[in-house]
Amino acid sequence: MALIKEIDTGTPIRLADRIVTLVIDGERVSVPAGTSVMAAAMTMGTKIPKLCATDSLEAFGSCRLCLVEIEGRRGTPASCTTPAEDGMIVHTQNERLAKLRRGVMELYISDHPLDCLTCPANGDCELQDMAGAVGLRDVRYGYKGANHLDAGKDESNPYFTFDESKCIVCSRCVRACEETQGTFALTIQGRGFNSKVSPGGLDFLSSECVSCGACVQACPTATLSEKTIIEHGQPDHSVVTTCAYCGVGCSFKAEMQGERVVNMEPYKAGGANEGHSCVKGRFAWGYATAKDRITKPMIRAKITDPWREVSWDEAFAYAASEFKRIQSTHGREGVGAITSSRCTNEEVFVIQKLVRMGFGNNNVDTCARVCHSPTGYGLSKTFGTSAGTQDFKSVEESDVILVIGANPTDAHPVFASRMKKRLRQGARLIVVDPRKIDLVKSAHVRADYHLPLMPGTNVAIVNALSHVIVTEGLAKEDYIRERCDWDDFQVWARFIAEEKHSPEAVEQFTGVPAADVRAAARLYATGGKAAIYYGLGVTEHSQGSTTVMAMANLAMVTGNIGQRGMGVNPLRGQNNVQGACDMGSFPHEFSGYRHVSDDSTRDTFESLWGVALDKTPGMRIPNMLDEAQFGSFKGLYVQGEDIAQSDPDTHHVTAGLAAMECVIVQDLFLNETAKYAHVFFPGASFLEKDGTFTNAERRINRVRKVMTPMAGLADWEATLGFARALGVDMHYAHPSEIMDEIAALTPTFRNVSYKKLDEMGSVQWPCNDAAPEGTPIMHVDRFVRGKGKFMLTEFTPTDERTGPRFPLLLTTGRILSQYNVGAQTRRTSNSVWHEEDVLEIHPFDAESRGIRDGDLVALASRAGEVSLKARISERMQPGVVYTTFHHPNSGANVVTTDNSDWATNCPEYKVTAVQARRTNHWSDWQEQDRETAISMRRIAHEAADAAE
Amino acid sequence: MTDSATHAVDKLIRMANQIAVAFAAQPRDEAITGVADHIKAFWTPKMRRDIGAHLAEGGQRLEPLAKAALERLQ
Ligand code: SF4
Ligand code: SF4
Ligand code: SF4
Ligand code: FES
Repeated sequence: MALIKEIDTGTPIRLADRIVTLVIDGERVSVPAGTSVMAAAMTMGTKIPKLCATDSLEAFGSCRLCLVEIEGRRGTPASCTTPAEDGMIVHTQNERLAKLRRGVMELYISDHPLDCLTCPANGDCELQDMAGAVGLRDVRYGYKGANHLDAGKDESNPYFTFDESKCIVCSRCVRACEETQGTFALTIQGRGFNSKVSPGGLDFLSSECVSCGACVQACPTATLSEKTIIEHGQPDHSVVTTCAYCGVGCSFKAEMQGERVVNMEPYKAGGANEGHSCVKGRFAWGYATAKDRITKPMIRAKITDPWREVSWDEAFAYAASEFKRIQSTHGREGVGAITSSRCTNEEVFVIQKLVRMGFGNNNVDTCARVCHSPTGYGLSKTFGTSAGTQDFKSVEESDVILVIGANPTDAHPVFASRMKKRLRQGARLIVVDPRKIDLVKSAHVRADYHLPLMPGTNVAIVNALSHVIVTEGLAKEDYIRERCDWDDFQVWARFIAEEKHSPEAVEQFTGVPAADVRAAARLYATGGKAAIYYGLGVTEHSQGSTTVMAMANLAMVTGNIGQRGMGVNPLRGQNNVQGACDMGSFPHEFSGYRHVSDDSTRDTFESLWGVALDKTPGMRIPNMLDEAQFGSFKGLYVQGEDIAQSDPDTHHVTAGLAAMECVIVQDLFLNETAKYAHVFFPGASFLEKDGTFTNAERRINRVRKVMTPMAGLADWEATLGFARALGVDMHYAHPSEIMDEIAALTPTFRNVSYKKLDEMGSVQWPCNDAAPEGTPIMHVDRFVRGKGKFMLTEFTPTDERTGPRFPLLLTTGRILSQYNVGAQTRRTSNSVWHEEDVLEIHPFDAESRGIRDGDLVALASRAGEVSLKARISERMQPGVVYTTFHHPNSGANVVTTDNSDWATNCPEYKVTAVQARRTNHWSDWQEQDRETAISMRRIAHEAADAAE
Repeated sequence: MTDSATHAVDKLIRMANQIAVAFAAQPRDEAITGVADHIKAFWTPKMRRDIGAHLAEGGQRLEPLAKAALERLQ
């Protein structure tokens, strides 16, 4: 295996209809108009020396190393800033140019440390390469003049260093921070000889920097270097794979030394990220080899017993005997499984197969239950398919962007960077969110309208937007007549035009000024191509599914479905939420969203698997937990999820788990759920297995194995082992064979194969004979269901109301550096940015309770109580408080309730009535949790050793 | 009825009523079909049996729409 070196054309190759043809060093070359001479030369393999140019950035023209001669033009123009033109005759090499370039290099090198042999960038330094390329042999000025060789090093960022002495002030980092990331954390301070790069006069850690790594990647020298490379040296080979964090699904080159990862470099050819990254995927991968990873299978009879390490075979045999015993005692329905949105499609598929084929029931659910299940329901009812409509790139053509219940700069950072780029180009922005999220106002981005609604009133606001459009005559009638069911539309239009849906009528409970809603509606309807992006702030409500349908109505009534720049797009939380749903993880559906009662679908599965399958829906997660406590559900196989931390109403979850007789947890770590487990299958990280993840744009990306599984088996292999012990016949030699079966059984995946993925890099489903290269944009000529269907979306207030006991509304979310339950990110240096979960509270609410910044406060709801530190923040409106759930002992979900979406039971995480008061102690639950964190995780090492 | 059974049925009643409210804006017959189809598509046979038992006892706590839909499903 070799180190993958991507071609750097120096400046971007433009997309243009017009092609220009020029002659470079005697050879003709054609490129799209607007492409630079430098990039044109590179397309024919001619590398013009360069330092300040790189193709992820616009040309800057500062280093003067890329000079060329152009016949008929005076002087020696910089090839990076000169656009190629028809008929141009360019010379890139001759004595005069060589001399000029050597002169430039001499100046750089005279002020650069000559420690190449011991420099971390040795072998990967463009300055070194250029010195070679221009034939520099001698530095006439010597090294004694004024220089920067003693400048200090900034090592404050946990992942990279800034060694100013090596800086050539090419501004690539500054421009990467602006153009690629959109944070504007870096500036060039001073002028001339005194100019230097600075993170706003501070050190990197205290600055605005969000540690995305774009500057490190853009830096041509060792000035900005990854600490892992400083520590271990340059990689010897690399493998393209996919980030295992969020639903953006960024592609990376895992840069390796043997089986050790030394760097994760964002991959330019990655369809989702095109070479960009965020702090999680780029740097926070150390958890994969964390010391507390469990690498041996373990079993115990009771959850109060210590764990006993056993062989894989013993663990399989024990788990199988328990599941068989439970089914013979409590019936076929007595067991089930939860699949993981963090595992691969193939791993999810084999678990749901095991349940349907081996357990003989449909008791399989997935963690999407608690995040995007309303997306599936709402979009399939209105459009006919359970997925977002666009690819990420589509946002580059949006004129109006409506962000609702999502916080992309924290939760989907690489997509946020794309979106911010478009906003800087002039697209207009509407933010619907109770909090003043970063997008409302940040560097060079300002929302045209921020509608700060009270949590729980999404439906009312989205209906009000549609009301304005319909009553002000802004509906796109032509589009609706052609694309949607006209009768349904008319019924809906009469409904939405009712006065009760007007911005004025809903203002009293949404809290949003009617005039702003009207203006936002007009902008959305008339501002050009309009796109909706939404997140869990939409779905995690008692009316989550209704809001999804209301947004679909809004898009249809304005004709905003079917072209680039438009659409309704869920921003998925975890890396493979889309995939886990696609793979048939819901208890009522086979892969490809086909109901278990559909005879023809069931026939295809039955004939391939050779067993009769149940045609009635199985249990959802909350159901399983209820039935464990009050019925006869006693065995659960949990793949890579931590429901005891992530699911709402912790007391309900743990009571359910504690009532089960055999809980199997498959995970990297002894997580919170594992405290209630009887069997532990040690998991494999994304670096230890082959497979695929499907991101929020339906893009199927390859995950590639770069190291041996620490526990000996990849997760899919462990599932097969368990199946074997149960006597279920499932054989695959490689995950590609699982994908072949998925393709054979799932019409939208019909043409997907590892071969195709290797050829194309990635593909967006549907990928079948009708769309052999996949489908970036859906519903182009017609909706998947035929005619788009307008749904009546009545607003119903949630049962969760504030009152004298619980006068505040709590809403929850996540932050950039931590991920979900934090099991991965807490085991990395990302914790320097977020050591603990805090309660954000408005100054007004804080003052009336005597709460000061940093005070410990008790946060209580009707479900439970925890203590957290307060952070006074004006991001919240009065009456609303906010926290995250990244740390188990902060117990945010002790407080959230069991309310849920009417259609899907997706929990209402975003609205809980609470009270906050100062306290000086942790809550009872927290005290007890600290104790059980130790007592329920004991491992009897000696006993295992003796047994061996 | 035992405490636990009451608890389980309480939840089902709440779920059925929530579904009924979501369809309430539609004309009555469509709404009944909507609620019935929803329950048929997503509820386990046991859930349907359990709520059926409540219905057999008069279904006092069910919204009229939920009740009508469940009657249609019997
Ligand atoms: S830190 Fe690197 S990218 Fe930034 S100006 Fe210096 S050499 Fe150029
Ligand atoms: S790491 Fe990212 S945010 Fe930080 S300075 Fe570099 S480009 Fe800017
Ligand atoms: S944006 Fe998401 S997928 Fe991309 S690097 Fe960050 S966490 Fe990974
Ligand atoms: S690469 Fe063209 S001026 Fe620096």
